[in-house]
Amino acid sequence: MAKQGDLRMTRSFETGGAPHLPPRTTVAAVMLQVLLALVPGVLAYTWFFGPGMLIQIMLATVFALLFEALMLRWRGRSLKPFINDYSAVVTAVLFALCIPPLAPWWISCIAMLFAIGFAKHLYGGLGQNVFNPAMVGYVVVLISFPQVMTAWLPPLALAEYSPGLVDSLAIIFTGQFPATGGWDMLTQATPLDTLKTGVESGRMLSEISNSPIFGDYGGMGWEWIAIWFGLGGFFLLYKRTINWHVPVAVIGTVILFSLPFWLAAPSSNPFPLQHVFSGGLVLAAFFIATDPVSGCASNRGRLIFGAGVGIITLVIRRWGGYPDGVAFAVLLMNMAAPLIDRYTRPRMYGE
Amino acid sequence: MNRATLKKPQPVELAHEAGSRSHHFHGGLRLRHNKTISCLDPVVRPPLPELLVVPLLQHAGDVAEPFVRVGERVLKGQQIGQCQPCAAIHSPVSGRVEALENRPMSHPSGQPGPCVVIRPDGLERWVELKPVRLWENASPETLIAKIRDCGLAGLGGAVFPTHAKMRDGRNRKIHTLILNGSECEPYISCDEMLMREQADKIILGARVLRRALGAERVLIAIGDPMEAVQKALTRSVKLAECKSISVVKVTPIYPEGGERQLIQALTGLEVPAGGRPSDLGLICQNVATAAAVADAVVEGRPLIERYITLTGNGISHPRNFQALLGTPYSHLVAACGGYTNGVARLVIGGPMMGYSIASDEAPVVKASNCLLALTRSDIADPQPEMPCIRCGECARVCPAMLLPQQLHLQIRTGLWDQVQEYGLSACIECGCCDYVCPSHIPLVEWFRYGKGEQRKRALEIEASELARRRFEGRETRLLRLQQEQLEKMTRKKHALKDKAQRDSRIRDSIARAESRHGETGGSADDT
Repeated sequence: MAKQGDLRMTRSFETGGAPHLPPRTTVAAVMLQVLLALVPGVLAYTWFFGPGMLIQIMLATVFALLFEALMLRWRGRSLKPFINDYSAVVTAVLFALCIPPLAPWWISCIAMLFAIGFAKHLYGGLGQNVFNPAMVGYVVVLISFPQVMTAWLPPLALAEYSPGLVDSLAIIFTGQFPATGGWDMLTQATPLDTLKTGVESGRMLSEISNSPIFGDYGGMGWEWIAIWFGLGGFFLLYKRTINWHVPVAVIGTVILFSLPFWLAAPSSNPFPLQHVFSGGLVLAAFFIATDPVSGCASNRGRLIFGAGVGIITLVIRRWGGYPDGVAFAVLLMNMAAPLIDRYTRPRMYGE
Repeated sequence: MNRATLKKPQPVELAHEAGSRSHHFHGGLRLRHNKTISCLDPVVRPPLPELLVVPLLQHAGDVAEPFVRVGERVLKGQQIGQCQPCAAIHSPVSGRVEALENRPMSHPSGQPGPCVVIRPDGLERWVELKPVRLWENASPETLIAKIRDCGLAGLGGAVFPTHAKMRDGRNRKIHTLILNGSECEPYISCDEMLMREQADKIILGARVLRRALGAERVLIAIGDPMEAVQKALTRSVKLAECKSISVVKVTPIYPEGGERQLIQALTGLEVPAGGRPSDLGLICQNVATAAAVADAVVEGRPLIERYITLTGNGISHPRNFQALLGTPYSHLVAACGGYTNGVARLVIGGPMMGYSIASDEAPVVKASNCLLALTRSDIADPQPEMPCIRCGECARVCPAMLLPQQLHLQIRTGLWDQVQEYGLSACIECGCCDYVCPSHIPLVEWFRYGKGEQRKRALEIEASELARRRFEGRETRLLRLQQEQLEKMTRKKHALKDKAQRDSRIRDSIARAESRHGETGGSADDT
């Protein structure tokens, strides 16, 4: 073994695959960034509609994590990397932002069961879901409990009575109304709802918009919430967590598509910006339709996806049975996403 | 793709403008360079190691056939191995062949391979060197043959045999030679140090290469922050009074040193898919290869040493060496003060595309541009692999403009036709997608596996095609034989029939004769 002795003392090392650099980001970091971007919108929400929304976010998060853990256990997966990747929390928060602030607690429970249990885990868990889980949860409760889901609070500024934290908790958990009034006094139709029923009953748009629940463009308060969500969206764009394609396509399509209607009959069709600032459009454009798992992979695909969301939303708002159609639009486009991907493979280098 | 370039001759014309302004390529990453730490000391030759281990496999392809036997004396620069399509292998020292055996090599597989182990005698006796006399007037064929005999291969890391690339370029009308000195991977600084210290040699090599190719001009592409390099190269170009050589800077966005990305950065053009840079009239060589060409042609010296960077937080005094091929890495590490305490991983090459080795016993080979010793904090703990969330960050950084997330899924589910359609073969394995993936999916590993599977499938298809052709050939041959048989039989039948007729005619005539005979005479002999 003279040869061995000739060599200098050598050392052994563990090996590993390239790149030999610390990872740049993690799934959890991406999800946290989304949550962070939602903060301004959530604060604006609370400012205009009281603390109910915060309670709903808590509730939905608890149920989401519960079902996530149960499903992981049931599927025989380890909890560790999945339960703290924040993806269930994002689903929960996005869902909570869509429901009335004083909806009863079991709404969240049922919605999260369908969102996390059915839409997410039965399709294979994180990354495998065809449909946006938050929207599945929302649509399930919207269709099943229409009355509860349309009982919105008026903005604080217009309310005769606004429930504080304790009252909100009581209403959400026990269904007991505070002594000062009942549901009718407490809640009100959303601006989009008012608009729809108003136009359908033949009133002029200018007449409807005189109602105090409308602001400059959207509903009172709603337009500010939309702006704050938009700001969060810009943060995500700046951080390159989302691409510009989907939000630009959604909002651009809504404006372009509603403009001719408004020009042709301004008395019965809302101004394009009113569409943008009403309902959940801005939230959907930046946070929901941009969900990469259930969306399109290529930039061209994302543009088509966003445009589809915009058009379907408007069609439902104008001719459908629901005041807002963003959730349905997103789910319908989720179905189309694989097909769009198939036809929008980007050009490769040298092709 | 040839058809496309023939139809539109513009790309080649546009390629003449190479280097006139800078362009972008898709994706890429801005990385911390970490190059300065290894550029502080001038490059020296380390002391002679006690043993040199020269692997007979230095690049993709076949293992070279050794020319020498155990116990044989070899001279420095003597050829010790050769295989037909690859580059020749030479002894880096004078000494005695100690063994021909399998040893740990510098190879991504980590498998030991056949090596020639040489014990140097310390005399450094050279084999008789045969430079090309008056290379300025020599024919390109002579130059390329010399390059082949001296064992030159691309020193940027891909180690493609230089003569093969040159011959291909020679056949295809090259107008611009691009010398790649952009060295895009972090940490690696061997090309930068070479350009600083041996600029004259690089320029000389560039002129030789230009003559061998018949190219009009030479572009030396360097990274943007390489001030010292630019100064050195510009001075050498001036000294050589060579107007057709120019130095251009490219923006340091990894992987700007990739051949196709560099061409795009210099010309704004893309090498056609499935094609080569020569389709645009361009050819790329590494700056270190150019220096080795000067050594080979002008001095007759074969490729037996190269610049190599030893760096990273795991090395006490990071620096560059001019090391003999076959020097064990452990020897080089000792020569720069050994490891630091926290060393955790050894990487050959840079952090993006390099591969880790299990033992520092492995030797320096033609491909070794860098030995990177990383500490635990440089690489961080291995992260659990999560499912793909289709965030698309990989597609955003992919310089080949692919959709890595889709490819990954297709490879995992074995949709090979889609894998083909989504352009797996265009992947340059730069590792950008891997680095940005929030789910820590080892994408490049999957892509290498996918490419292997594709090759296997292509071979299988070829084999089955061959089998089909063989079967069909046999069928037609059998059919032909059968027909021939049939024809033969019918011919025979006819012949027999003819014979039978003839026989019957004969019999008839005999009978007739006999009857006539019977009528005239008795029938005593009738039986």
